[in-house]
Amino acid sequence: MAGSVDRESAEWLRDLTGGQREAAQARLHAELVRIARSELRRRAARLPVSGPELDDLTHQAAADALLAIIAKLGEFRGECRFATWAYKFVIFEVSTKVGRHFWRNPTVSLEAEDWDRLPDRFGFDPAQESESREFVIAVRRAVNDTLTERQRRIFVAIVVNGVPLDALVVELGTNRSAIYKTLFDARRKLRAALVANGYIDPSTPGRS
Amino acid sequence: MNGWSELDRFLRTDPRDVGCAEAMRLLHVYVDLVDQGGDAEQRYPGIAAHLRACGPCSEDFEGLLAAVRDTP
Repeated sequence: MAGSVDRESAEWLRDLTGGQREAAQARLHAELVRIARSELRRRAARLPVSGPELDDLTHQAAADALLAIIAKLGEFRGECRFATWAYKFVIFEVSTKVGRHFWRNPTVSLEAEDWDRLPDRFGFDPAQESESREFVIAVRRAVNDTLTERQRRIFVAIVVNGVPLDALVVELGTNRSAIYKTLFDARRKLRAALVANGYIDPSTPGRS
Repeated sequence: MNGWSELDRFLRTDPRDVGCAEAMRLLHVYVDLVDQGGDAEQRYPGIAAHLRACGPCSEDFEGLLAAVRDTP
């Protein structure tokens, strides 16, 4: 396979599987630490950690990513540069660890339902009190009338309470894909209900 | 834009959306294509649709793109 990839990727593959593998792993680990640190800094506005805690997350993400990369080295197909393939692991590790970290000092609960914040989440002006009230009543009714219990739970956690999706993944012991699919189905059903009740104009162009 | 249109934008779903598992599986290929100036959106419309709707996958896309662009 090394012949079908770019020179730098081929060097990584050769070094990580050859006689210099320990040195190559150390070099890759240093790269992963650098990427993890940079990614955590990029997300800093939404992640209230700093100092030693940030360092811990950085090193945990890099170490776990390195283990995964070494275990899956045989799956690299040369569809992209090796570095891009490898960095994906550390980016995913950062996401997982940030999601887990949310529950160390949670700002919201899964049990409470903070419907009063919904208008603000969708850009209503605080002065639009009666419009905001009508909005909450209509959406809440559509949620209660059309969603399954699981769809309702996930919609309320993410959209109403503002729980990050990756944090909900940790709390419910599932994966991102399953939560997204449930939310996707809930969005479709809610829109149909709100169109049927005259709150949303179906002819309005969407984003896609 | 009022709150109802914002809600409408959020609730609209794109049938091309491939979901998280497929987007995560091919994210490295998609990011490499974007980084090298290729038309990733045209080649992978389902992933592009997903990244427009999924906050966490979009965040991973931005992070991976930043990582490859920051490589010395």
